[in-house]
Amino acid sequence: MIYGVSQFAYLVASACFIFALHWMNTPATARNGVYAGIAGTVLAVLATWADPTIIHHAWIVLAIVAGFAVGVPLSRVPLTAVPQRTALSHAFGGLAAGLVGTAEYYLQITEAPAHLTTFRMVALIAEVILGYLTFAGSLMAAGKLQEVKWVPQRPVTYPLQNASNLLLFGLALALSAAITLHPTASWAPLVFPVIVLLALAFGVLLIIPIGGADMPTVIAILNSYAGLSAVAMGFVLDNKLLITAGALDGSSGLILAIIMCKAMNRSFTNVLFGAFGQVQQAKAGGEQQTYKSETAEGAAQVLEQASFVVIIPGYGMAVAQAQHKVRELYDLLKKRGVTVKFAIHPVAGRMPGHMNVLLAEADIPYTDLLEMDDINHDMPQADVALVVGANDVVNPAARTDKTSPIYGMPIIDADKARTVFAIKRSKSPGFAGIDNQLYFSERTWMLFGDAKAVVGELVKELTGGSGMH
Amino acid sequence: MDFWSTVFVFVLASFIGMGVIRRVSRLLHTPLMSLTNAISAIAVVGAILITGGDYPLRIRVLGAIALFASMTNIVSGFLITDRMLKMFKTSDKRDGGSHS
Repeated sequence: MIYGVSQFAYLVASACFIFALHWMNTPATARNGVYAGIAGTVLAVLATWADPTIIHHAWIVLAIVAGFAVGVPLSRVPLTAVPQRTALSHAFGGLAAGLVGTAEYYLQITEAPAHLTTFRMVALIAEVILGYLTFAGSLMAAGKLQEVKWVPQRPVTYPLQNASNLLLFGLALALSAAITLHPTASWAPLVFPVIVLLALAFGVLLIIPIGGADMPTVIAILNSYAGLSAVAMGFVLDNKLLITAGALDGSSGLILAIIMCKAMNRSFTNVLFGAFGQVQQAKAGGEQQTYKSETAEGAAQVLEQASFVVIIPGYGMAVAQAQHKVRELYDLLKKRGVTVKFAIHPVAGRMPGHMNVLLAEADIPYTDLLEMDDINHDMPQADVALVVGANDVVNPAARTDKTSPIYGMPIIDADKARTVFAIKRSKSPGFAGIDNQLYFSERTWMLFGDAKAVVGELVKELTGGSGMH
Repeated sequence: MDFWSTVFVFVLASFIGMGVIRRVSRLLHTPLMSLTNAISAIAVVGAILITGGDYPLRIRVLGAIALFASMTNIVSGFLITDRMLKMFKTSDKRDGGSHS
């Protein structure tokens, strides 16, 4: 009877989760998705808690309270820190899966060794490897994004990197095979922690060669792993709700990773094993080209005359927290009857959708945020393209220069606008270390400085002028 | 345990996931990630069974840490998703809002 009730609750919870994701297809209904998700989670937790085998209620209450104590502050981070928070939550998800797998294993070898069938052992080892790998990898990714001191920001590469990683992985697989076939052997409980250590090490090694520009893809892949570790847990515990929820999370991460890879014209393997940063260093130091700089005053005059302005935000806007100043600029231009649109590249920023969230936070209507494919055919009609801290995603070398490491990547055609203003913090190349051909175009004027400060000056120029005319 | 029925659930749920996620607005990919994160933290049910069961202490300690980690994801995941989604407004809603 109890079993039937809890299974029914799990079924309803699964349906809630599917609806939650379904409602995310438009911002108008998206908040219903959150409520459906909460309803499903609460239902599933209560149904599980009511299980008669549960006797230590105080422990559960304590852990839940602790979860709230940490979770609430974590949900209030500034939106520029959302990529780090997301990576951190993947780490927590992986940790939970790894720990439950560990607990299950040590519990079963003493209490019910017959329970450890080959199928269940495969699932359990998959859960443990994926869980700890995701935990360590996501912690590294979060450290990189947060720019923690002891985590290297630049991609770390060394000779035979892929070979030694593969060796490590092969070793983990061999040990896993051994323990799967002999889960109750006397040496098995000692091999288990070795597998855990290897999974942790592999997670770290997977992330250190990856550069900042690849973070959106990597976060999506880790998202997928976190989901798959929940699926594996579902197989171990024979729980179909876990399998369903994990599969939804896993496929979401996978689809996002595919979108990110397509947006960079790269393959999964290339992102994970390519050490992007390394390739481009070789390219620097080509022929010296010159760019033209412009003052905020001059740029403001051109913006004033424009009738169609496209703003292209990038990670530089997030770093400088310039989104609110950009909103002021947007408002001023709108007031003058200028059409202002935002062109959002799928990999702009450090995670999928990063720019949209920042601009929405600054109160810019989402109807003015356009995807790359929707804005590109309008770019030749644009009077001004204003690049705010974006770099590789507007580099025309992706279209023309076959030797460029980003050749073939779809870009926003900023160079087709009549005038281009590019706001850039320093004169050095961007995160990926590639020279940007856009900056040397004869239509382009550079506005050097911190994105927030430069946009602030533009705003000041435009407000100062409005009363006089 | 019925091996095949769990595999069926996994494969069919993945297809549903692909179909549903593909139609999610690109505007919402960041909130989507925090939402799926909160949803997959339903792994909390596994942690509850281990923490609350009549098991040795060290097993329950592992379970309690897992329960804490999942709960953190559930709470922060749903809260931050809602916080982000609240910010997405159309222009008419925005003009009627508190901003001048």
